[in-house]
Amino acid sequence: MDLKNITAAKLRAMLDSKEISAREAASEFLSEIKKNDGKVLSFITVTEDEAMKNADAAQKRIDTGNAAPLTGIPLALKDNLCTDGIRTTCSSKMLGDFVPPYSATAVEKLIAQDYTLLGKVSMDEFAMGGSTQTSAFAKTKNPYDTSRVPGGSSGGSAAAVAAGFCAAALGSDTGGSIRQPASFCGVTGLKPTYGRVSRYGLVAFASSLDQIGPIARSAEDCGLILNAIAGADPHDATSKNVPFTDFNEKLGKDIKGIKIAIPKEFYGDAVDDEVKTAVMNAAHEYEKMGAELVDCSISTLRYAVQAYYLISSAEAASNLSRYDGIKYGLRGEGHSFDEMIRDSRNRGFGAEVKRRILLGNYALSSGYYDAYYRKALALKQQIISEYNAVFDKADVILTPTAPSVAYKIGAQDNDPVKMYTADICTVTVNIAGLPAINTTCGYNADGMPIGMSIVGRRFDEATIIQTADAFEKTFTPVRCTL
Amino acid sequence: MSNLYPTIGLEIHAELLTKSKVFCTCSAEFGGEPNSRCCPVCSGLPGTLPVLNRTAVEYIVKAGYVTNCEISRFTKWDRKNYFYPDLPKAYQISQMPRPVCLNGYVDIMVNGKEKRIRVNRIHLEEDAGKLVHDEAARSSLADYNRCGIPLIEMVTEPDFHSAEEVVAYVEKIKLLYKYAGICDCKMEQGSLRCDVNISLAPKDSKELGTRAELKNLNSTKAITRAIEYEIYRQTEIIESGGKVLQETRRFSDSTGETTALRSKEDAHDYRYFPDPDIPPMIFTEEELAAIKADLPELPEQRKERYMSQYGLAETDADNIINDKDICDFYEDAIKAYDKPKAIANFMLGEFMRRINLGEMSMGSLQFAPADLARLIELGDTDKINKNNYKTIFVEMIGTGEKPDAVCDRLDLWVKDDTSAVEAVIDKLIADNPKPVEQYRAGEQKVFGFFMGQANKALKGQATPNTIKAVLEQKLKG
Repeated sequence: MDLKNITAAKLRAMLDSKEISAREAASEFLSEIKKNDGKVLSFITVTEDEAMKNADAAQKRIDTGNAAPLTGIPLALKDNLCTDGIRTTCSSKMLGDFVPPYSATAVEKLIAQDYTLLGKVSMDEFAMGGSTQTSAFAKTKNPYDTSRVPGGSSGGSAAAVAAGFCAAALGSDTGGSIRQPASFCGVTGLKPTYGRVSRYGLVAFASSLDQIGPIARSAEDCGLILNAIAGADPHDATSKNVPFTDFNEKLGKDIKGIKIAIPKEFYGDAVDDEVKTAVMNAAHEYEKMGAELVDCSISTLRYAVQAYYLISSAEAASNLSRYDGIKYGLRGEGHSFDEMIRDSRNRGFGAEVKRRILLGNYALSSGYYDAYYRKALALKQQIISEYNAVFDKADVILTPTAPSVAYKIGAQDNDPVKMYTADICTVTVNIAGLPAINTTCGYNADGMPIGMSIVGRRFDEATIIQTADAFEKTFTPVRCTL
Repeated sequence: MSNLYPTIGLEIHAELLTKSKVFCTCSAEFGGEPNSRCCPVCSGLPGTLPVLNRTAVEYIVKAGYVTNCEISRFTKWDRKNYFYPDLPKAYQISQMPRPVCLNGYVDIMVNGKEKRIRVNRIHLEEDAGKLVHDEAARSSLADYNRCGIPLIEMVTEPDFHSAEEVVAYVEKIKLLYKYAGICDCKMEQGSLRCDVNISLAPKDSKELGTRAELKNLNSTKAITRAIEYEIYRQTEIIESGGKVLQETRRFSDSTGETTALRSKEDAHDYRYFPDPDIPPMIFTEEELAAIKADLPELPEQRKERYMSQYGLAETDADNIINDKDICDFYEDAIKAYDKPKAIANFMLGEFMRRINLGEMSMGSLQFAPADLARLIELGDTDKINKNNYKTIFVEMIGTGEKPDAVCDRLDLWVKDDTSAVEAVIDKLIADNPKPVEQYRAGEQKVFGFFMGQANKALKGQATPNTIKAVLEQKLKG
C-alpha cells in the first residue's frame, strides 16, 4: 500500500476502518525511509523499535474504539525536540550523544495520543540556518531536486514529509524555520502564535521567537496536529492559556468577504518575479472565491532582518553558553576550566553557530547594548504596531514565504549576509509573535515548489488554516518522485 | 594620627527559606548528598525552562517591607552571563534595572546612638552550585544542589564609617529577616553572606577614595577583621604616597589578611539582558497588601509590647527579642501561663545563664515552652518553693522530665504541714540560743538566718509565708 502522499486525516480513516493496521502504516513508512532516505538524508535517528512498540500500543487503542486523532499516525520529530531516552542532537557535534531524561511537552502530548515515532530528523545546527547544510550529521537534500537545499532549519522535517517518509512531522520556527523549508519542499507548514505551544523541551535557539509547529501535507493535517500539541503548560511561563476547541473548526466554511491584506514591501525587488507572480495568482484565486484584497504597508520590513539577527543572536549567545562540556555533551581538553570550556565549544560548534554567538555577544556587550540590542527591541515594538494596524482592516495577510525557490546546494555557502537577507519574508512574523502558515501556490519552470504565507491575528490559527485549506482545495499539487 | 576616614557599603546575600527552589520544584533545603537535589531545570539541561516560584517573590517583598523599601509595581528578570562550572546555564537569572525593592532604610544602634542606613535596592536571583577541589587528584567536582536556591541581594548606600556600624547593621538585618521568616541567616552555612566595599578619604574630602570589594566574609568576626585590616592596608598605601587599586579582594580567616582576587580591568562584562523565558511581573495593590498582612510581628513591635503591656525594662525586652528562638520560646511560654513578667525574669536569669554556660542550646532543648511555664506557675502558686526552681530546671535541661514529675520524684511539693514546721523551728530555737537572744534584743537581721536554716531543713516543703509566720510567732517567745 502506498502511503507516500496520504494525509494524516485520510490515514486516520483507514486506521479506524481497519483498512490498515498501525504496524503496517509504520512499516510502510520505515521501508520508504530505508529505500530512499539515502538520497535525501533527512533522518539522523530512525527509531524502528520504538515505532513498532508505539504502533502496537496504538492498535490496542484503535481496537477498543478509543483512538485519538493521532493514534497510530507515524510522525517524525525535528532533532531539537527532546525525546526521553532517545538521543537529541540538534544536528550538532556538541550534543552528538545527548540523551535527554525527559520529553518536550509537545512530544508528551503526542505520546498521550499514542502516535508512532519514526525517528528524529535533521536540521541546521541548533536551528541556525535556512538550508540544513549546517547539520553536523545529515545535510538534507530537497526531494524535488537533490542538488538543491530543502530549506531550513526544519529541512529534515519538510523533506521527510515531501519524500513520503512520514505522515507529518514537527518542526520549530524562530525566523521562518517551518515555513521556508515547507515552501522549498512543497508542503504545508504552520508556525503557531508565540505562546500557543509549550517550548518546554525544545532546545532553545532564541527564546522570545521559537515556536514548535507541524509540517504536513495539508492545512487540515496541520490543524489536527496543532489540536494535539497546543495549550498552556505549567513548565513554560511564556505559554498562554488561550482556550480553543478545534483549529479545524472553520474548514470548508465560505471565505467570501474575508479581507486579505497584501503588504507591498513583501513584493519588492528582493523577491524573484516567478515567486511574486505565483503568490499574486493565488491572491486572485482568493478574489474569485469572494475574498477582498486590501493594500497595506509594513514599512519596518527594511529593518526587520537586522532586528531579527540582533535579537535572535543575542538570545542564542546566552542560550548556548550552557554547552561547556561539563555536565553533558562534547567534553574538550585543557589544563584549566577556561581551557576546557574553550576547547569543548571550539570543537562542538560549527561555523554558523559560532558566528551567531559572536554576533550576539557583541550586541550585548557593554557600550554596544544601546546601539544594537536596545534598538532592535524598539523596532520589535514598531513591527508589532504596524501589524496591529494592518489587522484593523484585514483578517489575514498574504506574502511570499521566501524570495526564491530552493537554491542549489553550496550557492550561499560563502555569503552569510545573502543567506540572512533571504529570511526577509518570514522574520517579522516571529518578531510580532503571529501565527502563519505556508502552503504551495505553484511551481517554477524547473518544477520547484513556490510557497505563500498566510499570516493571522494572534491566536487566530483557525482562520489561516481555513484560508490555506480553501486554496489547497483548488490546487493540484505535484508530488515529487525520488 | 591619620585623618583618613573609611566609607563602607554592603552587599548582603540571603538565601530564602522557601521549600522549593526559585525556578523549579526541587527541595531548597541546605545540604544533602551531592547532586541529589537537582533536576533537568536547575541543572540547565537543554530545552528546560525556568518557572518563577511565587513564594520567593512574596519573601523578597517581605524583605522590602521590613527594611522600609518601596516595592516596584512592575518588576522583571535579567540574565547575567558568565562562564563558571558551578553555573549550569552559564547565566544567572537576576534582576538589573527593575529590582523588586528600592530606596529603603534601616535604623541601627551604635554606642547608644541611633543611625539610619539607606538601602539602595534588593533584588531576587538564583544561587549557583558549589565546586569541590581535589588538589591531590588535580580534579574538581561540581555539586548542583545549591543551584537555583532563591537568593536576595541587598545593596546599601555607603553609609557606614566603622566595622562596628557594619556589624550592628548585619545583626539587625539577621534579626529582621529571621522575624519575617524569610531566611535562617546562618552565616556559617552560607545562607547569609556579605560583601563589603570600603574606601578611605580625608575626613573633610567631598570625594570618596578608590574602593576595594571584600569577598568571602562568613561571620561578623570576619567582617570586623577584614574591615580593620583593609583600613590598615589602605592607610599604609595612601600615607606612603601610593594609590589604592580598584579591585576585588578575598579575606582569609587564617591569616586575617585580604589578598587581591581580580582588578577592575579583569571585571566581567556580564552582558545583562531581559530573560525571555520569564515574563515581567506586575503587582496589584491587593497582592502587596496581602503579603504585608502576612508579615509576622517584627522585633520592634514585640519590644514595644513587652515594655508597654508586660512592663519589662527596655534592656530586658532587648535581651529577649535579640534572639528570635528565645523570643519565640518566651511567646509560647506566656501562651501556656499568662504571667509574662515572672517568665521573663526566669528566662533572663537562670534560663540564659544556662545557655551562656553551654549547658543547653535553643536548637536542642529537651523541654517545651509549656513545661517552663508550668515550672513558674508551680512557684507562683506556692505549689513549690521558688528556691527549688534551679533543682527542677536542671532536671528538665538534662532529661526533659516534666516539672510535676520532678517534684514527685524528688519530693519537692510544698506540704504546708504546720506541725512539721513548728517542730523544725522549735529545734532551731533550741539549738541556737545566741541568735534568739540577739533577735529578741532587737537585731532584726538574724531573722534571715532563721528563715534560711528553716528553709534548708524543710527542703522547700513549706512556703516562705508559712515559715515566716511560725518563726515570727515562736521567736517572740
